[in-house]
Amino acid sequence: MNAWLVAMLAIVRREAARFVHQRSRFLAALVRPLVWLVVFAAGFRAALGMSIIPPYETYITYEVYIIPGLCGMIQLFNGMQSSLSLVYDQEMGSMRLLLTSPLPRWWLLLSKLLAGVAVSVLQVYVFLAVAAGFGIVLPGWGYVLVLPALLLSGLMLGALGLLISSTIRQLENFAGVMNFVIFPMFFLSTALYPLWKMAESSTLLRDICAANPFTHAVELIRFALYQRLNGWALLWVALAFAVFFGLALLGYDPAHGMSRRRKGG
Amino acid sequence: MTALDVSDLRYSYGPKRALDGVSFALRPGFTALLGPNGAGKSTLFALLTRLFVTREGHITVAGHDMAREPRAALSKIGVVFQQPTLDLDMSVMRNMRYFAALHGISGRESGNRAEAALAQLGMAERAGEKARSLNGGHRRRMEIARALIHRPEVLLLDEPTVGLDFESRQAIVAHVHGLAAAGLTVLWATHLVDEIAEGDDVVVLHRGRVLAHAPAAELRGDRPLAEVFIEMTGQTRMAGEGQG
Repeated sequence: MNAWLVAMLAIVRREAARFVHQRSRFLAALVRPLVWLVVFAAGFRAALGMSIIPPYETYITYEVYIIPGLCGMIQLFNGMQSSLSLVYDQEMGSMRLLLTSPLPRWWLLLSKLLAGVAVSVLQVYVFLAVAAGFGIVLPGWGYVLVLPALLLSGLMLGALGLLISSTIRQLENFAGVMNFVIFPMFFLSTALYPLWKMAESSTLLRDICAANPFTHAVELIRFALYQRLNGWALLWVALAFAVFFGLALLGYDPAHGMSRRRKGG
Repeated sequence: MTALDVSDLRYSYGPKRALDGVSFALRPGFTALLGPNGAGKSTLFALLTRLFVTREGHITVAGHDMAREPRAALSKIGVVFQQPTLDLDMSVMRNMRYFAALHGISGRESGNRAEAALAQLGMAERAGEKARSLNGGHRRRMEIARALIHRPEVLLLDEPTVGLDFESRQAIVAHVHGLAAAGLTVLWATHLVDEIAEGDDVVVLHRGRVLAHAPAAELRGDRPLAEVFIEMTGQTRMAGEGQG
């Protein structure tokens, strides 16, 4: 087998094995969106009226509306979690092991990314299955067509995590990531409210939401679940992935990156 | 051709010079990179493994220039970092094979090489154990075995005995001397003179400069090596002690 593939498979397999060992992580990843779905959505159903907006063709309940957003949330958290484990890897030294491989660095980091995406896609499908158990069933083909959308959105959010891990040196700084990345990204997006709803309260908010790459990841997933392609969202997510991954590579490049700032003995 | 050739290497952290024109060429066998803490050993290792890069100076590994052919150069280097880099939840064998895969080695080849490398370090019977269940000395030996799996020409070890008890240290020092005797080029960073055998080469590094490069016997003359080392580096602490 080709050396590149061998390395990629090993990295993905290692990540998967690690994930299987951490059952609590899987459970937490699942419980979080379910709590939103069951508790939050039930409360908000009364407060928020939904009009018919694409890709929906009929009136929908709020639970149905936030499903794609919660899929995105799973991937967002997963991306940040991978980033956390990368920072941990750097502190523990196993990142060094990875980086001294003779394969190109971008390939190794892409493998790392894909490993995280595989885990997040698995989580999303389990979540969708549980949601179906609660009676929120989506169009049959949607479950298949959402796969490429999840892969791309997972890559984009994973690349963001990678970028963050290249700038953060210590685990302690990670709380800041929660406050300044995850929460704004999630709340200032179409995950919980559609754009027109945002516009009602403030056009500035709406503009921020419209520029947020997470919004486009959610919309890409939403449209795919209803067997439609949102070309604009696709473009936006792909572009965001390219930018985040490019910057992350720069961050991990020994000639440019943070390694320069590091003190050795 | 020498397996590892370093010429006029310089590196700074901001205004602080960590390496200031380091040059040496290693012949096959055991070379100790002897220097007190802060001499620049870890910086040198980061450059040799391309975790850092510098524009000043050259590193050549088995004829491959690190700046121009980094991947060819890295494929000829085996490295054991000062910090352990094991996956504690995986078995020894799985750790070995993960690393083999990072070098593009898979399948039966990977298994065979892992077994051979473990046997070289006297670790064959521990292949199935979880890394977590190994003691410090055995973990280190596993890391050394792992660094050999892609058959490098140069083995770099950055203070590999830090934190180990006397017996484990001696075992590892003996094992690596055995590898060097078999023709491998070994660069062993340390600040402990008792890890250096009479026939070894010694590079003394201090404040980012090479103070001496000579066989240990020649360097010490008729005095203990520790004394010579202390004199050269102005270290007041006993260099033979095991503290880090």
